[in-house]
Amino acid sequence: MSNIDLTLQIWRQKNSDALGKLETYTLDKISTDMSFLEMLDVLNEKLTMEGIEPVAFDHDCREGICGMCGAVINGVAHGPEKETTLCQLHMRHFKTGDVLVIEPFRSRAFPIKKDLVVDRSAFDKIIQAGGYVSVNTGGTPDGNAIPISSHIAELAMDAAACIGCGACVASCPNGAAMLFTSAKISQLCLLPQGHAERKKRALSMVETMDKEGFGNCTNLRECEAVCPKSISIRNIARLNREFVRAAFSEG
Amino acid sequence: MELNARIPSGPLAEKWDNHKFSAKLVNPANRRKFKVIVVGTGLAGAAASATLAEQGYKVSTFCIHDSPRRAHSIAAQGGINAAKNYQTDGDSVFRLFYDTIKGGDFRAREANVYRLAQVSNNIIDQCVAQGVPFAREYGGSLANRSFGGAQVSRTFYARGQTGQQLLLGAYSALSRQIHNGGVTMFNRREMMDLVVIDGQARGIITRNLINGNLESHWADAVLLCTGGYGNVYFLSTNAMASNVTAAWRAYKHGAGFANPSFVQIHPTCIPVHGDYQSKLTLMSESLRNDGRVWVPKNKGDKRKPADIPEEERDYYLENKYPSFGNLVPRDVASRNAKEQCDQGKGVGSTGLAVYLDFADAIKRDGEETILRKYGNLFQMYEKITDSSPLEEPMTIYPAVHYTMGGLWVDYNLMTTIPGLFALGECNFSDHGANRLGASALMQGLADGYFVIPTAIGNYFGESSIAPVNDSDEAFINAQQQVGDRLNKLLQNSSGGVGGKVTVDEIHKELGRLLWDNCGMARNKEGLEMALKKLPEIRQKFWDKVYIPGSGSDLNQTLERAGRVADFLEFGEIMIHDALNRAESCGCHLREESQTEENEAKRDDENYSYVSVWEYQGDDVEPKMHKEDLTFEYVTPSQRSYK
Repeated sequence: MSNIDLTLQIWRQKNSDALGKLETYTLDKISTDMSFLEMLDVLNEKLTMEGIEPVAFDHDCREGICGMCGAVINGVAHGPEKETTLCQLHMRHFKTGDVLVIEPFRSRAFPIKKDLVVDRSAFDKIIQAGGYVSVNTGGTPDGNAIPISSHIAELAMDAAACIGCGACVASCPNGAAMLFTSAKISQLCLLPQGHAERKKRALSMVETMDKEGFGNCTNLRECEAVCPKSISIRNIARLNREFVRAAFSEG
Repeated sequence: MELNARIPSGPLAEKWDNHKFSAKLVNPANRRKFKVIVVGTGLAGAAASATLAEQGYKVSTFCIHDSPRRAHSIAAQGGINAAKNYQTDGDSVFRLFYDTIKGGDFRAREANVYRLAQVSNNIIDQCVAQGVPFAREYGGSLANRSFGGAQVSRTFYARGQTGQQLLLGAYSALSRQIHNGGVTMFNRREMMDLVVIDGQARGIITRNLINGNLESHWADAVLLCTGGYGNVYFLSTNAMASNVTAAWRAYKHGAGFANPSFVQIHPTCIPVHGDYQSKLTLMSESLRNDGRVWVPKNKGDKRKPADIPEEERDYYLENKYPSFGNLVPRDVASRNAKEQCDQGKGVGSTGLAVYLDFADAIKRDGEETILRKYGNLFQMYEKITDSSPLEEPMTIYPAVHYTMGGLWVDYNLMTTIPGLFALGECNFSDHGANRLGASALMQGLADGYFVIPTAIGNYFGESSIAPVNDSDEAFINAQQQVGDRLNKLLQNSSGGVGGKVTVDEIHKELGRLLWDNCGMARNKEGLEMALKKLPEIRQKFWDKVYIPGSGSDLNQTLERAGRVADFLEFGEIMIHDALNRAESCGCHLREESQTEENEAKRDDENYSYVSVWEYQGDDVEPKMHKEDLTFEYVTPSQRSYK
C-alpha cells in the first residue's frame, strides 16, 4: 500500500438546465487501496469542510452489481481497468501526478441531472416494452419440467449478467443501447420460457430503443470494450437475427 | 400495544391452507378500487408490486434509486433455498422448516417459518418460468449446492449472482405491470414519513430526490419493503443507501419494533483496511463449501501462508465441529473467527482476519471447476485486495450483513398499525436470532409473491376503510413536519455556530460505538456505557452537523443526514433490546451467558420471547412488550454442530 497525489478535473453542473464545466481539485495522500468512489468520498469530505458543495455521483452497492455508479475517466467509461465498474476500480491503477478528467455518462438518452448523475430511465422503458416472460405469479409448472442444457443456461446467464449501468451507451459514438437491449433479448430467446413472445419482444424493445433516442449499432465494439460484465456483441448479432426473423414473419 | 400474531388454527402443515381458505377475498372486479403503496423494489417490493397489480389492485411503487432494478437484493450472491428435494438427499418441507427454526436458535414463530418452507418450492417454479437462468446439470435439470447450517443440498443458484437474477426476474414482472398500467412507478423518491388516519396506515410523504419536492400519496394500505438497518454500524455489507428511516417512521407512529438487537455478522467478508473505507464486501458463504478456514497455530505468526507448514495450521472449524466443519452456521463461524483473532492468531496487516484456503479444492477438482463455481467471486476479491485466491488463501473477517430484527408483524405480515405491512428483511418474522444462508432471498420472494396477496385481500375484506385524499389535513401536517425537520437539518448550512462536523464523521462514531458494544459479543457494562454515550453523539449531530447546499435540489449530503438522524435514534432501542436480553442467542454472544466451553448459552426459561418495542415519545424510554414463543413441533435444544 502506498499514497498518491492527484489532480482531478470534475464535471460540475447544477441541474439539467444549467451549463456545466470542469472544475479542478487536488487531492494528496490518497491510499492506493481505496476504491475510486472512496477517493471521491474523501474529496467530498474535504469540499464539505471547505464550504463547497460536494460532487453528486450515483452509487449504491459498491460491489459492482447494482449498476448505479459510473463516470467517464479520461475518456473511458468506468475507467482504465477491463471488466470493472467504477466502484471496483482501485486507486492502485493510478500514480502520483496523474490528472483524472471525470465526466458523467453522456448520451442524448441520458440527460444529466447534476454533476455526474444522469437519468437512465430510458433503459427501464426498453425493459417495460417486453424484457420479460409474461407469466403471472402462481400456477407455474415444476422447475424441472423443462430441461435446459447447462450450455444454454450458461449462455443465457452470460447475457443476463448485464447490470444496466449504461457504460455501453456512454462509450458508443452513436449512443446506441444495442448491447443493453440485446443482452435481455438474448437471455430470453435462448431459454425456452421466452420463445412464445420472442417476435413481439424483439420488435417492441427495438422500437422503444429507437423512440427513447438511442442511436444505431455500426459494429464499433466500443460497448463491449467497456462493459463491466463483459457482455459480448454476439448478443447484438442475436438481437439482429431475432429482429429480422420477427420483422419478416407473420404472427 | 396488543400483539396478536393471529396464527391460524389446525396442525402446522395445514395452517397456511386453512388460512388461505378462511381469509376474506376481494372480488376481481372490486380490486381496482383499492390502492396499495409499496415502498422499496427489492425482492419483496418488486414481487409484491407485480403480483398485486396482476391481481388487479392499483399499485404505486416507490424506490430510492434511479431504477427499480438496483435495490440491494441484487447483491446477494450464493443462492436461494427450497425444499424441492431434487437431490433425493432427505430434504422435505419439514426439514427446511426445522433447519430454519434451529438455525434461528429457536427465536422465530413456528407457523411463519413452516409457511416459508412450504412456499419455497413455488418460488423456484415461479422464477424458472420468468426465465431466471439458474445453474443446470448437464442433463438439463436444476443444479443445487449446499450451504451453511444444512446437511442437504437445497440451494438453487445462478453463478455467484443469484440475488441479481432473482431481482431482475421480479423487476421484469414489475416492468410488465408498469407497462400494462397496473403499477405507477416513482423513481428517486425517499419515504420521509408515514401518514396514519383513524388508526390506519393511509399514505406516505416522499421527497423527490432530484428537485427536493415533498409529495403526499394516499392509499388503502402501505407495504414497507425497505430492507434492513445494518448500516446503523456505518460499515456493513449493505448498500450505501440502505437505511432504517421508513421502518423508524412507522415505529414512531406506533408500529412495534421487534428484536432490534438481532443482527447477523457474516463470517466471510473482506477485512477492513483503512479509515476511509465506506463499506465491507461480502464473499458468498458458498465459498465455505470448498474453502478451508484456518489460522496459524502459533500466536503472532507473521509468515506468509505458503510458508506455514500443514502441521502448524489450525483448521479450527473442522477440528471443533467435525460433522459440519467449514459449513457451520454463520454465527458459529463468525464467533470462532473473532475468538481466534482475540487470541492473537489473526492474520493480515491488522491481525483481524483468518484464512479461507482453496488449495485443497483446486488440487482435488482442478482450477477450471473451482473457477466455474466461484470465478466472479475470485475476480471481485482480487480487484479489491490485489491478491489471487488461486495463488494464496483469501483473508476474511466477519462483518455486519443482515438484520433479523425488524417491524413486528402478525401471520399476515401486518404491523401493529392496521393497513401497514412489512415484507422481507424489513420485518422480523422468519429468521429468529440468526438467518441461515440462502434464506433471505427465499423470504423476500415468499412474502412478495405468495404471502401478501392473501394477506392484503383479507385486510381489505375485513376492514372498513374510509375514503381519504392527499389534500387532507393529516397529509398537509405530515408534509409540514417533514419540511421542518429538513430545515432543521439544514440549519447549519451556512456554517454551524458550534463548529462543523460532517455527516459521515458522526455516522462512523455511532457505528464504532455499536460495533464495539452491541456487536458480536456484548456485556451489560458496555451496553450501559453505550446507552449513555449515544445521546451525546446525537446532540453533537444536531448542534454541529454541516450540510452544504439546499433542500430544493439533488443534495446527497442532506439525504444521508436524514438517515443518520434516524439511525441515531434507532441505535438506542437496539441497545435497550440488547441490554434486556441477558442471554446469548443466535448471532450474538452475551458474555455473561456462556457454557463452560465458552460456547453461547441460550436461556429458554427466561427469554423464549420476541421483544417488541413501543414508542413512548422522544426522550422517553420505549416500552417493551413480549410475544411468547411456543414450540409445538420442534423441541428447542442447545444447538450443536459438533
